[in-house]
Amino acid sequence: MNTESMTEIWVYLSAQPLLWLTLTLAAYLLAIALHRKAGGHPAVNPVLLSVTILVVLLSLTGTPYQRYFDGAQFVHFLLGPTTVALAIPLHSQLKRLVAMGGPLLVALVVGSLTAGLSAYVIGALLGASAPTVASLAPKSVTTPIAMGVAERLGGLASLTAVFVILTGIFGAIFAAGLLRRLGVKDEASVGFAMGLASHGIGTARAFQLSEQTGAFAALAMGLNGLFTALTLPWLLPLLAPLVRP
Amino acid sequence: MIQAFALLLAFQLAGETLRVALHLPVPGPVLGMALLLLWLIFRGGPGDDLRHTSGNLLQHLSLMFVPAGTGVMLHVGRLADEAWPIAIALVVSTVLGLAATGLTLHVLTRQRRETSR
Repeated sequence: MNTESMTEIWVYLSAQPLLWLTLTLAAYLLAIALHRKAGGHPAVNPVLLSVTILVVLLSLTGTPYQRYFDGAQFVHFLLGPTTVALAIPLHSQLKRLVAMGGPLLVALVVGSLTAGLSAYVIGALLGASAPTVASLAPKSVTTPIAMGVAERLGGLASLTAVFVILTGIFGAIFAAGLLRRLGVKDEASVGFAMGLASHGIGTARAFQLSEQTGAFAALAMGLNGLFTALTLPWLLPLLAPLVRP
Repeated sequence: MIQAFALLLAFQLAGETLRVALHLPVPGPVLGMALLLLWLIFRGGPGDDLRHTSGNLLQHLSLMFVPAGTGVMLHVGRLADEAWPIAIALVVSTVLGLAATGLTLHVLTRQRRETSR
């Protein structure tokens, strides 16, 4: 086969959704294999690895993100039904969740306000631009809620999605070790903290630890999404004059 | 499997409908999750098919974040310009959020854990 026909094939394939959909799954399978090989070490995070592989591939081939997403959107779409599926582990842990209702709500309010407001204040004090700071504030909540909240605060939806995912990866890698160091080892507290501070990616990691940890993470993710959507849009404008004179 | 998948999509659709109709600030899939939970409480639990399909999907929850995560390449410029404020704000606030949540719940439920032992 000569170079010309190879170029032709590439031009055809790279414009098809099939190629980037297949490469997304291939990158993920490779990442999962490496994760297993590393004995499930949290630093070898599957999301981080897959994204790195794909960004390198896209940059090397000069493929724009939009063309990539035309293929990858089929995987992206599954996020919806998979979020709905979180109801099943929630249901199997329902008795424990209800029994802990009071403490869970207190932890939700304390944790959610700490995560959201501290991101905003630290970003503002360090001199990040206004749209960046507004995009940082909702970074602990699940992507669709975070993008909606950021837009109402004057942030950028797509930048928020990046912060949300970076936060999730950070939480998935460091949360369990950090909490252990603080003496927090029970599955309920570890799971709830992971889901609250690092949403779906933290929840995915929590499910690797145990089903119970995962169920508490899923609950925290849902509750924090709801709580943040209801509070941040009116709380942050009150705080803004204090950190930006 | 297709039956369970259709059920998940139907609940997502119901959640999406509810969100648009009532102008709720919560995304459709999260509302769909709440609706499915209510349905499971009413039905007394999921069938084998639903349990199996959900388990398979949830096992690969990480995969679903890859397409959006790859969008990081669109923001390389801003991330480089404001790298330090972004990195510090992101890391410190996430550590604070994790610690505040974990410690609060841990302390509030300590007594319960000790009495159940």
